[in-house]
Amino acid sequence: MFDALTAETLARMQFAFTVSFHIIFPAFSIGLASYLAVLNAQWLRTRDRTYLQLFDYWKKIFAVAFGMGVVSGIVMSYQFGTNWSVFSDRAGPVIGPLMAYEVLSAFFLEAGFLGIMLFGRDKVGEKLHMFATAMVAFGTLLSATWILSVNSWMQTPAGYSINEAGQFVPENWWEIVFNPSFPYRLLHMVLAAYLTTALVVAGAAGWQMLRGRATTASRTMFSMAMWMIVVVAPLQIVAGDMHGLNTLEHQPAKVMAMEGHYESHPEGAPLILFGIPDPENKEIDYALEIPKLSSFILKHHWDAPMAGLDTIPDDEEPPVGIVFWSFRVMVALGFAMLGLGAWSLWRRWRGGLYDSPWLQRAAVAMGPAGFISVLAGWVTTEVGRQPFTVYGLMRTSDSLAPVEAPAVATSLLVFIVVYFFIFGAGTFYILRLMAKAPGDKGPDATAEGPLRSSGITPAAQVDPNAVPGE
Amino acid sequence: MFDLATIWAGIIAFAVLTYVILDGFDLGVGILFPFARDESERDVMMNSVAPVWDGNETWLVMGGGGLFAVFPLAYAVVMPALYMPIILMLLALVFRGVAFEYRWRTTRWRGVWDAAFIGGSTVAAFTQGIALGALVQGIEVADRAYAGGWWDWLTPFSLLTGVALVVGYALLGATWLIMKTEGGLQAVMRRRAGPLALGTLGLIGIVSLLTPFQDPVYFERWFSFPAAFYSALVPVMLFVAAMYLFRGLATDSDHAPFLASLALFVISFVGIGISFYPMMVPPALTIQQAAAPDSSLAFALVGTVILVPMILGYTAYAYWVFRGKVDPDAGYH
Ligand code: HDD
Ligand code: HEM
Ligand code: HEM
Repeated sequence: MFDALTAETLARMQFAFTVSFHIIFPAFSIGLASYLAVLNAQWLRTRDRTYLQLFDYWKKIFAVAFGMGVVSGIVMSYQFGTNWSVFSDRAGPVIGPLMAYEVLSAFFLEAGFLGIMLFGRDKVGEKLHMFATAMVAFGTLLSATWILSVNSWMQTPAGYSINEAGQFVPENWWEIVFNPSFPYRLLHMVLAAYLTTALVVAGAAGWQMLRGRATTASRTMFSMAMWMIVVVAPLQIVAGDMHGLNTLEHQPAKVMAMEGHYESHPEGAPLILFGIPDPENKEIDYALEIPKLSSFILKHHWDAPMAGLDTIPDDEEPPVGIVFWSFRVMVALGFAMLGLGAWSLWRRWRGGLYDSPWLQRAAVAMGPAGFISVLAGWVTTEVGRQPFTVYGLMRTSDSLAPVEAPAVATSLLVFIVVYFFIFGAGTFYILRLMAKAPGDKGPDATAEGPLRSSGITPAAQVDPNAVPGE
Repeated sequence: MFDLATIWAGIIAFAVLTYVILDGFDLGVGILFPFARDESERDVMMNSVAPVWDGNETWLVMGGGGLFAVFPLAYAVVMPALYMPIILMLLALVFRGVAFEYRWRTTRWRGVWDAAFIGGSTVAAFTQGIALGALVQGIEVADRAYAGGWWDWLTPFSLLTGVALVVGYALLGATWLIMKTEGGLQAVMRRRAGPLALGTLGLIGIVSLLTPFQDPVYFERWFSFPAAFYSALVPVMLFVAAMYLFRGLATDSDHAPFLASLALFVISFVGIGISFYPMMVPPALTIQQAAAPDSSLAFALVGTVILVPMILGYTAYAYWVFRGKVDPDAGYH
């Protein structure tokens, strides 16, 4: 099946596959960790049991998602060496220390306080438990900060020199960490994580309402999530626009691919809404375009000239088709999120936030939209940077480890099988947890207490979260 | 001699050792899972490590990430050389890591996740042992890259070190459970600990005898002055630790067996350190050759000096919070 593929292609497929799986979990757990901290703080402040119920409910889901994030992340940190060893040797002196800081400042913090957050409320008291919960949330944000600094440095390298062994040598750490694209990427990604989580929470609440299973807690979380979307969706669009302008400055070829501009437009470039990129003839077929709008968005001037991919040497051109489409998917979903938020505002204003089945259906349908946009966004970013790993300086084809194609092919196959099995099961468990409303005392409510009262009566062996008949 | 690179080699060694003893006992708990007599014993076993396993595993990320940060060349050489065992280890860790949560989320598939926990823990231990053995044997390097084939790691010696680590981790797991549990489960673990201790010591012995034959350099390092003084000390200390372990088992002590097993690991690790120094990747790369430029080492060191004591502090606190015997009725699930 993989006969025709080189070790390089296989290694890229493997990296793309494992990192795409990985990013799904952080996108959810960064947002959820902050949400849990807010819920716990609300519980301590108001002593309203609804918040405690919500905390306990999302805590279980968080634990599963976090576990999957950790194991898929450990794979990532070793894959730089197994698949991209030349890259590791050369870029290691610059990005390695940043990743070491991620481990030291973020991963240990999360892991150290996770146990207390999950198991420790009764052991350490409310105050310390709140502290631990906040530390976990803080840890996820720190982790995002460091890893995005790493990734941004690869996109817009700064503050380095190159030594005789071909290694990148750090010259100015400040410039490395705060490289030109980092602030934009960090802001955009953190907002993306918050949006993703809000959409999942709203989707779960919507589902429970539609099924007639909603509790007070379901309604509370629906409302909280909708407020979040109202606030964050517009911010995300603004942040995305700023990010795009930054990219135009530092990686113009990527923006040309995103916009589908094969040709230069000396007097104002059109915004291509849709079309089919044709890499053979270097043109966009069936393009639906608005004249001069692209120049206006990117240069704030209707007649500003815009260079196209015809100004870029062929061997430095990113694959246009993928980037063109993934960018459109992200932007379209971003506007759909904005729409969902506006709709909820309207219903709130008319006094019927919880009574609109169509709003609930829309919330369910948009539940996974955050994940799709995150993936689409990353694909835009990463594929748009090709054919380089360190932009403009080190090619992907020069980054590869001396591993043989059959070894990579085998491990890729195994990763695919294992990941679909493992993460499929995890997704199933999360969905099943979400189908049940928080605080809902179902038929197996007796077992809601300490779970492992095992061995006393057979009834206590029943898993409270297992759906009867499973 | 205490330049930045050497200090860093010490820090990485510390991270790896911390990983080995911490994740060692929780992998060991997984290896011993089949010996539990019923579901409730398995619940207790898993709950004894559930609040801390994630922190334990983070030391592995620290070892790998630290290597990447300060010895990028070593990282770039070792990972491709050990491609298969590393990938297998990662997959095994995926299986056992998710089992901690999944197991409580289903009744029908509980057996599947129990098996994932057992298999994952055992394979992870085995492949870590193989990686160690393969490193001791030496890795071929040419032109800043791995120059061997993709089966080079597979030898009788590396298989032996693989088995040794599985048995050793099981000993750590058994003595950890003696400390953390009561009643029937504790008795079972006490019975298992004796043979596991004998096995561990035997395998340490065989591996130590074979090591000098992997590369004559090791022989010299062990038996030339002044190292010979320390190398003579290692077996003596091993002997003392072993006596302490057996006495702890015989006198029904709760803590002594675990502490003694930890000591066995620390001492063996020092032994390996004597064999390696001053190499990073034997036989070709020294610590200095593999090190990143000083600016990287210094930058990373600042944070390490500040953060590692803090990490050790709150890690100790987390262990303190969950100290004592596992309450069979507790758990957040
Ligand atoms: C620390 C660095 C880093 C980070 C944070 C990411 N990537 Fe990346 N990515 C790389 C470092 C990298 C790389 C090592 O540089 C790769 C490997 C091969 C390549 O071309 O670049 C790469 C390639 C790569 C490819 C293949 C592109 C191609 O071959 O055409 C995809 C689809 C992604 N990545 C997706 C992602 C996603 C979804 C990420 C979100 C977590 C992500 N990347 C984060
Ligand atoms: C290719 C690049 C990446 C690598 C090598 C990587 C590495 C890792 C590792 C090793 C872990 C497990 C840590 C532990 O033991 O707790 C982890 C988890 C995590 N990663 Fe990544 N990661 C990458 C991409 C990202 C990105 C892009 C983000 C965020 C924007 C991110 C955010 C997180 C977070 C928040 C966690 C905590 C666990 C979780 O959320 O489930 N990572 N990552
Ligand atoms: C509708 C407005 C949006 C615009 C204009 C926009 C713009 C962009 C641009 C230009 C990039 C590429 C940056 C680069 O590498 O050069 C990007 C990347 C990305 N986008 Fe968006 N985006 C929008 C909405 C969203 C939404 C709704 C999400 C997720 C919920 C999202 C998630 C991401 C992610 C995860 C990346 C990759 C990381 C990064 O480079 O920051 N975006 N976005």
